[in-house]
Order: sequence, then C-alpha cells, then structure tokens
Amino acid sequence: MTTLAHKFNDTDPNVRFLEEVSERTAGVSRLEMCIQCGTCGGSCPSAADMDHTPRMLFALIRAGMREEALSSNTPWICVSCYHCVVRCPQDVHIADVMYTLKSMAIQAKLYKDSTAPDFSQTFVDMVETYGRSYEFGLATRHYLKHFPLRMPSMAPMGLGMLTKKRMDITPKRIEGIEQLKAILARAKQLEVVS
Amino acid sequence: MTNNATNQEPKERIGVYVCHCGSNIAGMVDVEEVAQWAAEQLKDRGVVIARDYKFMCSSLGQELIEKDIQEEGLTRVVVAACSPHLHENTFRTACSRAGLNPYLCELVSIREQVSWVHTDRAAATEKSKAVLSGGVERVIHNEPLEPLHVPIHPATLVVGGGIAGIQAALEIADAGFPVILVEREPSIGGHMSQFDKTFPTLDCAACILTPKMVSVGGHPNIQMFTWSEVEKVDGYVGNFTVTIRKKARFVNEELCTGCAICQEKCPKKVIDDVYEAGLGYRKAIYTPFPQAVPKFPVIDKPNCTYFQKGTCKACQKFCPTGAIDFEQQDEWITVQVGNIVLATGYDLFDPRKVTQYGYGRLANVFTSLEFERLTNAAGPTNGNIVLRDGVTVPKTVGIIHCVGSRDRNFNNYCSVICCMQSLKFAHLVHERTGATVYNFYIDMRTAYKEYDEFYQRVLEEGTLFVRGKVAEVTDAARLPGEEGKLIVQVEDTLAGKQRRIPVDMVVLSAAMMPRKDAKEVAHKFGISCSANGWFIEKHPKLDPVATMTEGIFIAGCVQGPKDIPSSVAQGAAAAARVLGRIQQGEIALEPVRASVDQDKCSGCRICNNLCPFNAIIFHEDRMVTEINPALCQGCGTCVAACPAGAISGTVFSNEQIFAQIEGLMRVNFFPERQSAVA
Amino acid sequence: MNKYLFYPGCSMDTSARAYNESLMAILDVLEINLAEINDWNCCGATEYLGINLIPAYALIARNLALAAKQSNGVHTVVASCSACYLNLAKADHYMGEREALNIHVNDALAAGGLSYKPGSLEIRHLLDVIINDIGLDFVRSKVVKPLKGLRVAPYLGCMVPRPDYKKRWSDHEHPNELDRLLKALGAEVIDFPLKTHCCGGHMTQISPSTAFELIRRLLQSADQYHADVMVTVCPMCQMNLDAYQRETNQYFHTNYHIPILFFTQLMGVAFGKDPKELGFGRELVKANQAMNRIGVETPTEEPKAQPRRKKPTGLPMPAMPGEVGEEE
Repeated sequence: MTTLAHKFNDTDPNVRFLEEVSERTAGVSRLEMCIQCGTCGGSCPSAADMDHTPRMLFALIRAGMREEALSSNTPWICVSCYHCVVRCPQDVHIADVMYTLKSMAIQAKLYKDSTAPDFSQTFVDMVETYGRSYEFGLATRHYLKHFPLRMPSMAPMGLGMLTKKRMDITPKRIEGIEQLKAILARAKQLEVVS
Repeated sequence: MTNNATNQEPKERIGVYVCHCGSNIAGMVDVEEVAQWAAEQLKDRGVVIARDYKFMCSSLGQELIEKDIQEEGLTRVVVAACSPHLHENTFRTACSRAGLNPYLCELVSIREQVSWVHTDRAAATEKSKAVLSGGVERVIHNEPLEPLHVPIHPATLVVGGGIAGIQAALEIADAGFPVILVEREPSIGGHMSQFDKTFPTLDCAACILTPKMVSVGGHPNIQMFTWSEVEKVDGYVGNFTVTIRKKARFVNEELCTGCAICQEKCPKKVIDDVYEAGLGYRKAIYTPFPQAVPKFPVIDKPNCTYFQKGTCKACQKFCPTGAIDFEQQDEWITVQVGNIVLATGYDLFDPRKVTQYGYGRLANVFTSLEFERLTNAAGPTNGNIVLRDGVTVPKTVGIIHCVGSRDRNFNNYCSVICCMQSLKFAHLVHERTGATVYNFYIDMRTAYKEYDEFYQRVLEEGTLFVRGKVAEVTDAARLPGEEGKLIVQVEDTLAGKQRRIPVDMVVLSAAMMPRKDAKEVAHKFGISCSANGWFIEKHPKLDPVATMTEGIFIAGCVQGPKDIPSSVAQGAAAAARVLGRIQQGEIALEPVRASVDQDKCSGCRICNNLCPFNAIIFHEDRMVTEINPALCQGCGTCVAACPAGAISGTVFSNEQIFAQIEGLMRVNFFPERQSAVA
Repeated sequence: MNKYLFYPGCSMDTSARAYNESLMAILDVLEINLAEINDWNCCGATEYLGINLIPAYALIARNLALAAKQSNGVHTVVASCSACYLNLAKADHYMGEREALNIHVNDALAAGGLSYKPGSLEIRHLLDVIINDIGLDFVRSKVVKPLKGLRVAPYLGCMVPRPDYKKRWSDHEHPNELDRLLKALGAEVIDFPLKTHCCGGHMTQISPSTAFELIRRLLQSADQYHADVMVTVCPMCQMNLDAYQRETNQYFHTNYHIPILFFTQLMGVAFGKDPKELGFGRELVKANQAMNRIGVETPTEEPKAQPRRKKPTGLPMPAMPGEVGEEE
C-alpha cells in the first residue's frame, strides 16, 4: 500500500520509517517531497509549545529517527488548523501525517505526556459505546484523571453549561449501535493487516 | 502491396549495419546474431553484406559504410542503431560522401525502441531482427531525393524590444543586414529599463541599456515599430510575410521633437501600471520614461479626456510644432523577412494571490518591481526608499525570496534571479537608509560569475539571513513591540524556532512568469509553447535559441527565467544563427513532403482545411488540390484524410509503410502464435 | 425549496444548542428543507483519526453510506459544524484519492451491511449553501430588521476554508463569505485579520495554556477593532471563545467581554424572529448589552470611537479584487 515511488530495500527498519509513516497516512502524503523550507513551522499557531516544529519532525522522520519522532509532543500539540497544508509549496499533507504519528506513538507507547492520548481514547470509548460523543462523561473522566486541580475553577463554566442546557448529564445513543460495532470491529481487523 | 515471393531477383544491393552502441544495445540484444541473421535470412531480399560494429556513429563506423558503398556497389543502406533523431543525419551524410543519395539510407532504432525498453534478452533480439527486416523492406522503396532549396530573405524580424531583442537586432544590423524591430510598448527597453541597479556589478541599468537603445533608434539598418504588434505571420523559413499593426500614437512622428510640453500640460493623471509598476503616475499623453526610444509620446485613448468626453485638447493647443493628430488611424504594414527572433520577455507574478503575505491589504508590502521603481533615481520617489506614505524611511526591511516560485500552489519552477535580486535589494537598503535588513530564503542560489562573491559582500554589510520560507506577513500585533509594524512570521529552520520579526517594510521577490498572452503568440508564429507558457527550444541543452519551426528563434526570458547576461548571450546566439542563414543565402529543407496525384484527386477538398501549415492550395479552374512543397512539413494529416488515397508522402509513401509492416511481421517472436506470413 | 441531507453533529443539541435553535428558526425564511440523516453517528471529531486510520474513516463513512441510502434524489449533505464538515469531506476525498483506503473502508462498512462510493455525495458547509445556493440577494430581501450599528467580527475558523478539497471558498486566508453575509444583514463588518486563525480546538482539554493563548489572540484582535460581537460558524469555536473566555481572562489578567454568537442567530434577528427562539441567553458571555444597541428604536449610547484604516496617501496601492468595502 505504499504511496512512495521508491521502495527501500534496506533491512534496517529505521530507513523504512518514512515509508511506514507514508503508508499509514490517509491520502497520498507526499512526505518524501519535503524540501525543509519551514513554511509549516512558520505557520503553526502552537509551534511555541512543541518539542519540534513540524518541519523538524519531518526531518527526524526522514532521518529514520523513530524514537525521537514518536516521543515528540508535536503531533499532540497540533491543532489541525491546516494552515501548513494549504501553504506548503510541496503539497505535503502535513496535518494528516500528524494524525498518523499520533496513532503510531500510541501503538509504540512512546508518547511522553498521556493527557492527549488518554483524552482521545476516552472520547473513542464513548463513541464506541453510544455512537455519539458524551461530553459530560468525557469531561468528568478526563478531568478527574488529568486536571483534578482545575475542577474548582471550571465549576462556574460547567454549571453554566448545565443550566443553559448545553450539556446533557445522560448520554445519547444511536439505534444502530450493533451495526456500528460490527463495522468498527471489522475495520480494526483490517487496520492490523494493512 | 508488395510481393514477398522469393523467386524474384532482388533489385537492390543492401548493406546492413548493426550497432552495439557499447553495451547500450549489445547489453540486451545479441547484435552479432542479428547481423548474422540478416546476412543469411535477408539475402534473398537483397542484403549483400551485414556487419555489426561497436559504435557505428564513430568515424570508423561511418567509414565502414562508405567503403562498402564503393567496394560492394551498395544501392541501399540500413543501419540498426539509435533513434533517427540523433544520427539519421550522420549516416545520410556518410552515404553522401560515398556518392550514394542520402535518402537511400534508413536508420532503424533498436535502442530506444528495443534494448532500452525490454528486459528479456531473447525476445529483444528477435524484435531487433523484426525491426531490421522492416527497415530493409522499406528501404527497397526509397527514392533518391534532393532537398528543397529555398532562398533566404536578408531581412529579419525581431519581436520584443527588451535587452535580448535589442542585442539580437544590433548584432544583425551591425553585420549589415536589415532588421525590423517590433515592440508593444511606446518605447523599447523592456523590464531592464525599470531597474535601478543590476547585479552583480551594481551597474546602473539605464546607463548600460540606454546606449544600446540609442544605437537601435539611430541605426540605419533597423526599422523600429514601437506601440505596435505583430498581427499575422504567413510563409516559411526564408520567406515570411508578416503583418504589423502600428497602433495610432495620435502624434505625428515627422513633426514631434520630443519636447514633452504636451505631457506637462495634459491635465489627466493616470496610474502607470506598466512602467511604474502601479506605484507612480503618468499623463494620458506620455512617454514611459525620459530616455525613451523613440522619443515620441502616445495618447492613451481610454484615459484621454478628448477621446472620452470631447473636451480638452490641451496637448494640441500647446504643441509648438502641431504634431498632435487626433485623427490618426492604426496602420497595417506588411513586411517580408527571412527569419524571426522572438524576444518578448516575461511578466511578474501577481503576489495578491499569496494572501498570507498581505500584498494589497497591507500598505507597506511591495513587489520586487515596485521596489525597483522606488530605488530608481527617476522613479516616483526619486530613488528614496520610503514607505507607502511616500515619506517615512523604514528602519527595518524584510525581503522575502521565492514568492510564487518553487511552489506547487503557484509556479513549480525556480525563477533563477530572485536570490541575486534580493541580495541587491539588501545592499541598496543598507546603502540608502542604513536600515536593518532581513532576507528570508529557502536556499541561496548564487551560481554564476561573481554571484557568490556578491553574496559574501552582502553578508559583510551585515544583512541578517533567516533560512525559512515566510509563513505569513501580518499586522495583527500579538506581543509587545509589534504594534504598528508588519510582522513577518517564519520558522528560522537553522535555529529550529518560529520567530515573529517586526519590520516596517516587506519586499516580495516575485516569480517571473510567461507573458499572459504567450500561448496566443506562440500559436500566431507556429511554435510550441510549454504548458505554463514558456516557449520551447529545439533542445534544452544543445539548442536553446532555435525552435522546432525552421526560421524562428527565441531569445531571453521568453524561453524561461534568466538573468541579463544570459538574455544577452541568447540574443547574440539567435543573431548568429540568423546571420549564418542569411550568409548562406539559401536553406536546404528536408524533402519530406506530401504531394497530390492530380489524376486521382477528385476535388473533394477534405484535405484543404486540415493543413496546420496552410500549405494546401486548391485550383478552382482544374478542381484539383496542390500542395506547396516549401510550406509542407510532411506531417501526414492530408495523406491520411484523403478518401481517394490521392496524396502520398515522400519518405512516408504508402508503399514504404506497407513494406515496412510486411518486414516486421516476417519475424515471429511469439512462437505460440501462428506466423502471419507464410 | 432547496432540499438537502443534514448532518447535525453531536454538538448541535448540546453545546451548540443555540446554533440548532436559530438554524431551525430561519429554515422556512430561507426556504431550505433539511432531511436529517437517519441514525447518524458521531464523526469522531479530531480524536478518532489520532488513534487509527481505517476505523476512523469507517466511523465517518457510516454516515456517508446512510446518507447515500436515504438520498431520494438529493445528493448534497450539509453539515453545520466545521469539524464534522471537514471529516465528511475528507473521508469522501481520500477514499476517492486512494483506492486501497476505499477498499478497506468499504470492507468494514460491509460488515454492517453498508457501502459507500466516494464522490457520490457532495459535502457542503451550511454557510456555503446559504451564500451560493440561496444567494445573498435572497437573504437581503428577507431582512426586516437590518443590524445597523452592530460592529461584527466575522470569525470563520480554520476547518471550513481549509483544506478546501473542492475549492469552494474564495480564499484560504481571508475568505469573504461570512463578511458578505453579515453585510447583507446590514451589520458593520470589521476587517478582522485573524478570521481564519485557530481557536485551539480540543487543546482546552490537552494543554490549556496553549489553548488560552490562541483564544486570547482572537479576543484581543476583536477588541482592538472594537467589535461588539464575534460571529462564528462552528460549535467548537463558539464554545472555546465563549465558555472559556472567563478562564482565559483569569489566566492573562485581561477582562475581555466579547459575546460570541452563531451567524444563524444574527440572521434570525435580521429576519425579525424573536431572540428567545434563537438561542439567545445560552451564551455564557452575555450578549444582551451588545444586542440592546440595535434592539431598540434609537441607540441609548453613542457608538464607540472606531479606529479607521488610514486612507493611503503618498504612493498608490494595488487594487484588490472583491474587497469587502467594494460590495453592493
């Protein structure tokens, strides 16, 4: 399923890291086309909080520096604003590569800060149970685990959302939840194979 | 249809030469076997000698052929080697030398069409035999032909009065031959006349250009048509008929002295979008700049008060020689020329398209051409580098490389001159204002003579270089110190951090682009134009100024982005080619032509409108079509279209093609299939 | 009557209730018929895609498959939430671009008895539909109470104009669609430089400091231009800027008070609907002071002094195509 023109023959897995990242990205990532110009790093609104700028992260990937790349906090700080994507002169699908790196970091358990992966996983658990997102459940579980000290200062907002009926205490469910579960189960099988 | 019966005596004595081309062919094809096979199997077809040799195109290889022609009395030659595009001429010339008509020699490709595209050695060898056999069958039907000799008219048309066109015109004119120079704008000079200084020498552009412009203007051999365009081109190399539309200036050139009082008195001020790059003004009657050649102004009709409203006429009132003529009409002039040089230059990329750089929204973002006008001593600010308010001198300037270049969102290519231009800007800013200068680049491209030394100089001057393609230019202040400034947000890739750098002024080194009407112009002249609009040279490495159309040459940025020295070199190269042609007095054209068998022609005229070269004439009196051999390029369209089969091409006659097919099918290299030939 | 399939997204009946209410209130005025996709599921927001590839796309594609089944001659799916819009569009686009992905996703869908052929539906955002299908002339004709005197900062957010696979939007950086709509309603639209800058998305849950900085930038800019309200098209943006405004103020020791409204709410006001029907009052940063300025016959206080972009003297500026000021 490679989208790169050249398939590396080297048995060293680090050389294949670029290929692996490319394969696991949704469209045609064009990661090999990066000329390291820095437009992405320059555009990123949250770059200041990242271990590596997006550009640097791609340099790490191309250098086969797997551990450094997957333990970087960069993809977790990416806000998916797509500024980098539309400005990139080489048409690299930067934001989509960020998603790939998140899932690879989770699978390799290389992320340093578990806040974001936990949040995503909790969200996913909710959706797989109900078919819809369940903000109240998500928020309580997440804040208890990761930001317990923020809960007092968040109380006014939480109360406000509840009283203005912008948050439900009970979850909504879809009817076809079994259908969805079947689809997702099959999808997960396919994910392992590809 | 040919008869392959083997009991007939072969009419010709054919020599076959199979080339190894080192390992290029021999690596995949068993060339000895092919030659051997030809000697044995094609003997009954007329092959009297079959050789294989390491490099047929070498002198020794050619001598082999020449020797055999003389000693074996060969009447036909077939070489199985590379593509005819490369060496057809070589072998034909060798035959000529030995006294055999060059058109009795065929070159069949077993390299590009066999050894380079297949990986099965056995099959490739069989295919080579088939290809060779096809060539042998075909060559039997070849006729001895003579090239067409066409006289070359000594006059030359040069389209475009920029530096490349000027160079070409001067070289041809200085050699003593007439030149007709056509320029769209009121004055020659092109983009170079807009610049202030040129890199790397920092020569003043006007100072080195205007002497050449004056030479052109006063040259006895150059007839200049400015404020004119080529409307129509007919004919062929050596004999082009060109119609030029000389737009009305509304100024009588016989009477005008160039005193410019009309421009002073004209009340209508207009933004000058062309010469001043939109940064300055001119009048409705104007010469684009003081050193214009010719000195005669033109009236911009859509902006002239008289033409639009019927009043004013101030220019006429004040003209001391009565040179204003509102009744003047466009003129059409037809000229005969032998060769044409196209040097129509480039347009600048419009950075309004790159919205994140804010050009057009943010006042103090300028394009490179606008900046040139700022620095030019005769420009709208008299050479002072100031902000858009016309007054304030910037304290910090950011210069952005690669705007619209090297970018799949806009143009894929590198514009070649922007790095040097940006360095030049940095130098000028230092020199004139003492401001702090930042250059934002991806790569530093300073490749030619004295260019990298110029980079060193600019480094010495203290320019701050940031390696990073600028992400955005904004006025939305975020941090203290940013209010009221333009902020350049960029990743400093060498430091690995995003930076926000407040500046007063931003200059965008915008890409060079083909002219907006490049495709129409290419079509008008019958030459090829690439998808993005650059004119296509005959060969990108070995023939940059010729085109696929004989008699038409290209020079300067019309062929692709380049600097002034390269444009001059190309202008001179085109001139040299033209002079060579004129010197020879005539040109030999390939006799690859279609001709009509008039007995078979029914006068249906289907072919008449198909000819892309307008080579077909219809004789009303005899109701038959005839093809003009000089215009015909042998494309074969009419040959295919004729329902009566009345048109045939020399070198591509029906007999030759069918014979070649027969020859190809003689070799069965799909053993599991039945042979098509018994 | 323009008919569409509708994908509301999870926020519409919770955090973006006001969006839902105001949208429902103006549908008849705009003569739009929205057929909600039966039993749609969550699109996964930006969370699912960070866990895996095929399950994430299968999750989204279930909605596309259901919509295609329900089609009944209508081939356009309208989404009101930016993230939902992007997810649906992205799935359709990448499944079309990469055959291997298409095969796997459809394989997964088949386990649920569904299938989807990429390209068979058109995915559009609500604003796109209003501007391009309904048209601003029509909108203008329905305005009974022009929002004259209301200074609005148009905030489009990032996921609508980007990446814009089908090239529907006027620009990636400074698109004018929302500006033109608000002008058509009679409001005074400020030239908001950060109109497509990110609100932080889910960063409020991951790294609050990062998120608050992004929120602060937007509030600061709107405040700098003396905007009365900020108008948005996305539930996440509205929530971040509205619900987290207080915490952002605390974090930076600022005291911005900028109400964040959905564009449909202002449309409803302009169409003469009762503000109670339009979800007013659900916002945490109260909008009544701002709305009072236009909700009464005569304004009770003078409009604040507005900073004007200086008229260029000196050297001429290049003309910009389709400038907001050039409208009408």
